[in-house]
Amino acid sequence: MTDAVAEDLHRLVTESDAIAAQSHAIVVEHLEKHYGDYHALRDINLNIPSGSLTALLGPSGSGKSTLLRAIAGLEVPDGGTVRIGDEDVTYVPPQKREIGFVFQHYAAFKHLTVRDNVGFGPSIRKQPKAEIAKRVDELLEIVGLDGYQDRYPSQLSGGQRQRMALARALAVHPKVLLLDEPFGALDAKVREDLRGWLRQLQSETGVTTVLVTHDQEEALDVADHIAVLNEGAIEQWGSPREVYETPANDFVMSFLGPTAVLRGALVRPHDLVLSHEHIDGAVSTVVERVVHLGFEVRVELRDEQGEQLSAQTTRGEAARLDLAVGQRIFVRPGQPDAAPAPTTA
Amino acid sequence: MGRTAAGGIGPIGLGVAVLWLSVIVLLPLAAITVRSFDDGLGGFIDAIDAPAARAALTVTVGVSLIVTLINVVMGTLIAWVLVRDDFRGKGFVNALIDLPFALPTIVASIVLLSLYGPQSPFNIELNATRPALVIALLFVTLPFVVRAVQPVLIELDKEVEEAAASLGASNLTTFRRIILPTLAPAILSGAGLAFTRAIGEYGSVVLIGGGIPRETEVASQYIQKQIEIDRFVNAAAVSVTLLLIAFVVLLVLRLIGGRAARREERAG
Ligand SMILES: Nc1ncnc2c1ncn2[C@@H]1O[C@H](COP(=O)(O)OP(=O)(O)O)[C@@H](O)[C@H]1O
Ligand SMILES: [Mg+2]
Repeated sequence: MTDAVAEDLHRLVTESDAIAAQSHAIVVEHLEKHYGDYHALRDINLNIPSGSLTALLGPSGSGKSTLLRAIAGLEVPDGGTVRIGDEDVTYVPPQKREIGFVFQHYAAFKHLTVRDNVGFGPSIRKQPKAEIAKRVDELLEIVGLDGYQDRYPSQLSGGQRQRMALARALAVHPKVLLLDEPFGALDAKVREDLRGWLRQLQSETGVTTVLVTHDQEEALDVADHIAVLNEGAIEQWGSPREVYETPANDFVMSFLGPTAVLRGALVRPHDLVLSHEHIDGAVSTVVERVVHLGFEVRVELRDEQGEQLSAQTTRGEAARLDLAVGQRIFVRPGQPDAAPAPTTA
Repeated sequence: MGRTAAGGIGPIGLGVAVLWLSVIVLLPLAAITVRSFDDGLGGFIDAIDAPAARAALTVTVGVSLIVTLINVVMGTLIAWVLVRDDFRGKGFVNALIDLPFALPTIVASIVLLSLYGPQSPFNIELNATRPALVIALLFVTLPFVVRAVQPVLIELDKEVEEAAASLGASNLTTFRRIILPTLAPAILSGAGLAFTRAIGEYGSVVLIGGGIPRETEVASQYIQKQIEIDRFVNAAAVSVTLLLIAFVVLLVLRLIGGRAARREERAG
């Protein structure tokens, strides 16, 4: 996102009262959900701070949508509680929760224009037409769809439809904004643009936001907090840095980034140090392939037990080691900057 | 939307289609239209202005309108239940819907006569009344709206309704403002078919309706009688009037339904 766009967004959000600054925490306690015999949510406890952007991250089928939908009131849990702000909303229907929900596949009202889509929520609240029109125009300007008022959803691109869906959700002054894989149906470039834009919109408006994604890069990129889900349970809760650098277990470790197995333990490939000399704790391997990926170099290795692993290093380091296929090299975990000078042997 | 050169079937296909429609549809229609004007325009007007003819046409259109309205409501409701609700025997009920349509219509008439005729087991005698006409026509036109609405309802995105709910819309509001407009083209098209089928119906009303002139005599029965007494021009004129009504109704419904559908599909 360019600075000009960012400044524009800042000005629009601050000038307009289209999005009232609301901040409500979401507290989930001992939430349980079964679908028949299937245990979809297992004792979920979450404390989502007001004004934050939290990502629910996990593989497909891990229960992210079920959890988000329970917060929205679109699923009724079997046990536990959901609170938004001071209110226990566990059994409050979605209509009464004052939430904004954005779906992966837009869920646009196809027979209504962009204007009427965004104005749908306010019109149900029987607000005066002129007021609705003004707010819709402001929101459309904020999401970058000014001038598209009279189009139908089928005349918009995927990214534009999702912006419209976001404006529609924001139009009702939601206490919290819930997004279920909102960029999942978009292509990579649009996805990245929208992601940065959402990040900024969220921090400008300060509305508590929960984003479901199965893309760890997306979660690490936009979220203040990440809840990592697996098989209906939360494996870890923390800042992006915490979950990436100090994963609670092997699942979180392998889900958040690439891993290599060294002496039975999981290590990040970029935390592997290569050297020609044997040092305590190092494993002897043979270089099988050296792949240059711009600044980074991926070195594929095979240890003496025949197991494959790959290490990631810099172009400079690879040149210094003068890596060649078939060469013997020692690998150990550690920070590259902590590596001993090569001449100390 | 729109036919492209690549998606079309070429001039031969088009030619065959036009020829087929001409022989099967246009030729007989043209013949009967010509026939109805055998005695000139005055003859045509006299034929449909005869009290019995006017009564038959009025009864037919009136009863068909009632039948169509009931069908719109009940057909949509039945389609809704068949798509959205799970119950035992759903497959059976689903198969049952087409039966009135598949049955020889005279069978329908006999069945209804045994139910509502002089020997009615419930003691409800509707024989030779207008309500009997309505029931008979409801019976044979049942599938039209159901079958038109069903596929659209199946395709309806559940998330759209959830989006409406999250924005504060009650179930009724969601139905009225989101679902109904989406179903409207299908409902209209089903209604058009039901109406046109109803105004032309003969078999199912012939026994139970009684055919009392100016009371329960429908247009098709009137036409039959005119032919029996060799008044071909009268028969043809009423036929052409029926045709015209059917055509106008289908055209208008198509225009309304098409406009709604185009709004959704106007692809960029
Ligand atoms: N309505 C439902 N009926 C039965 N099973 C469901 C239903 N919704 C979700 N599930 C199951 O619950 C599990 C979690 O689903 P979901 O929350 O959608 O996962 P995610 O969003 O993480 O991909 C999946 O195994 C899914 O098959
Ligand atoms: Mg999901």
